[in-house]
Amino acid sequence: MNPTYAHMLQQEVPLAWYLLLSAALFCLGVLGFLIKRNLITVFMSIELMLNGVNLSFVTFAHQWHAVKGQIFVFFVMVVAAAEAAVGLAIIIAIFRARATLAVDRIDLMKL
Amino acid sequence: MTILEFFLWSLLKVVVVIVVFLLGVAYTVLLERKLVGRIQNRWGPSRVGWFGILQPLVDGAKSFLKEDIIPTGVYRPLYILAPIIALSCALISISVVPFGDPGVTGSGGFHFFQIADVNVGLLVILGITSIGVYGIALAGWSSNNKYSLLGSLRSSAQLISYELALGLSLVGVVMRAGSLNLRVIVESQAHRGILSWNLFGGLQFVAFFIYLMAAYAETNRSPFDLPEAESELTAGYHTEYSSMKFAMFFMAEYGNMITVGCVATLLFLGGWTSPFGDLIHLPDFFLVRALLPICWFVFKVFTFLFLYVWVRGTLPRFRYDQLMNFGWRYLMPLAILNIVATSLWLAYR
Amino acid sequence: MHLILFIVFAGLCLAGAVNLLLQSHPISSALSLIVVMVSLAVLYLLLGAEFLAAAQVIVYAGAIMVLFTFVVMLLNAGREERTRGSYAARLVGFPAVAVILGIIATVILKAQGLGSAGLRDDITSTQELSAVLFTKLLLPFEVTSVLILIAILGAVALARHGDGEGTPGK
Repeated sequence: MNPTYAHMLQQEVPLAWYLLLSAALFCLGVLGFLIKRNLITVFMSIELMLNGVNLSFVTFAHQWHAVKGQIFVFFVMVVAAAEAAVGLAIIIAIFRARATLAVDRIDLMKL
Repeated sequence: MTILEFFLWSLLKVVVVIVVFLLGVAYTVLLERKLVGRIQNRWGPSRVGWFGILQPLVDGAKSFLKEDIIPTGVYRPLYILAPIIALSCALISISVVPFGDPGVTGSGGFHFFQIADVNVGLLVILGITSIGVYGIALAGWSSNNKYSLLGSLRSSAQLISYELALGLSLVGVVMRAGSLNLRVIVESQAHRGILSWNLFGGLQFVAFFIYLMAAYAETNRSPFDLPEAESELTAGYHTEYSSMKFAMFFMAEYGNMITVGCVATLLFLGGWTSPFGDLIHLPDFFLVRALLPICWFVFKVFTFLFLYVWVRGTLPRFRYDQLMNFGWRYLMPLAILNIVATSLWLAYR
Repeated sequence: MHLILFIVFAGLCLAGAVNLLLQSHPISSALSLIVVMVSLAVLYLLLGAEFLAAAQVIVYAGAIMVLFTFVVMLLNAGREERTRGSYAARLVGFPAVAVILGIIATVILKAQGLGSAGLRDDITSTQELSAVLFTKLLLPFEVTSVLILIAILGAVALARHGDGEGTPGK
């Protein structure tokens, strides 16, 4: 086998790259949260932020060989599931009351 | 074994498994048509080839040659993507299924009878099945047709509800084996043949029953085939599909049936192991040791598929509210009770 | 191999996240988010967290996002419109996010002692994970289950208002 290929196959990835990726995902999530105008998409951006943070938890768990980092991600997933259930129920309730999902039109404190 | 050899062997394995799987799908269709025919006192397909044996090939050619109609109102990217998701999810999940004796290995411990040995194989299958929901959901939504939309809404709700019962029914088996690796799960029920199968010796028959019900619902098969209930929804989520795209949904459905049969075989019926366990000593020929386990495996999966068709031929369809009630009020509590009972049994045995 | 897989799936991840922002229809955004989640699952696998990878696919891609698409389909939400608020958000959002990203990236790049990940690294088995989860962290685990119960009740109570049609899945 060609030695350069063999070298590429054994190449390791610095954990900083994983952390940079997670930072980029988090920032894209923040950006989406700010600029998107659809309630459901805004909610999806929050999920994107959570995912970015999860990646850095897993990376640090790998760095310190600590299982607890992974368990924290597990908890984040559970909380995200609960959050999605409640959040989507709220979105459905809002849609029933206002017949719109545009965040600019949902600007009253009570229905 | 060098890396290049490993890749070539793996590629060969993938190609062989996919070809056999697709052939299996084609002949499951024939099996169903023949059996339902006999249940309804008619012959089923019998014109093409002896006993209708070439019927699947002709069916395939027909759907390939049909005109591919894309209606004007559809959302094109998703309309095209949906059948691809459905079929590829059905194909991917077979990759972690071990279908032969892992004791028979090539040079360097290369396993011939499983594409990928994953530690969390069972979870991988569950995950890929849950991704498959998107195929159906998007098909219905992008078709821009009320029947399709109703079919796919029903189907997503049904799949989410029954996935819970399905997952919980498998926990008992996982606890007995102490692993999520499919190979380890099979080996945990290998020693005394039929007596150590999870279905009998493992006292998991309640779990098996729950799995059976949930699996019928997961694959949209009768008596839970509401998403494509023709009397009320025309054809459900694939109303607007024709030609190859329709055939892809069709293949995905039967592929999922086979996968579900494989999982049931691995988890409850002892996988590739013989029902006689160590009672009968096999002659030590390489071919016998390699092929006989595969035969057992195929036979068990075939039995499961036969059951599928039998149920379809005999039971009427549920009503939608009955379906939801059954899933949430009976199957799920029963599955939780089964977990509690199994863990108590394992703790105080 | 690790490098190649990392580049491919990190690229998919970023592409999905950017596409989430670019698409104007919520269902396209949801699909790009699913791509992000599935490729993140592969990255978890590369970091040796195999149970988390499976859980990521099952919980995030298979349950949470199905719920999202279900709600998008149910409400038949259309394309979003550009409003004055969105221009203001862009004006503030882009510089702010660039600053945040810059700060985090500097901190990461300056950090000492970060290791690297290869293919032959140890994999955290499900046994290790559950041993810690069910002994040391039992109380948080039970509290989370109560949280889920409350979430279920809350979702039912919220969605039940009005005529009681169409609750999302759970």
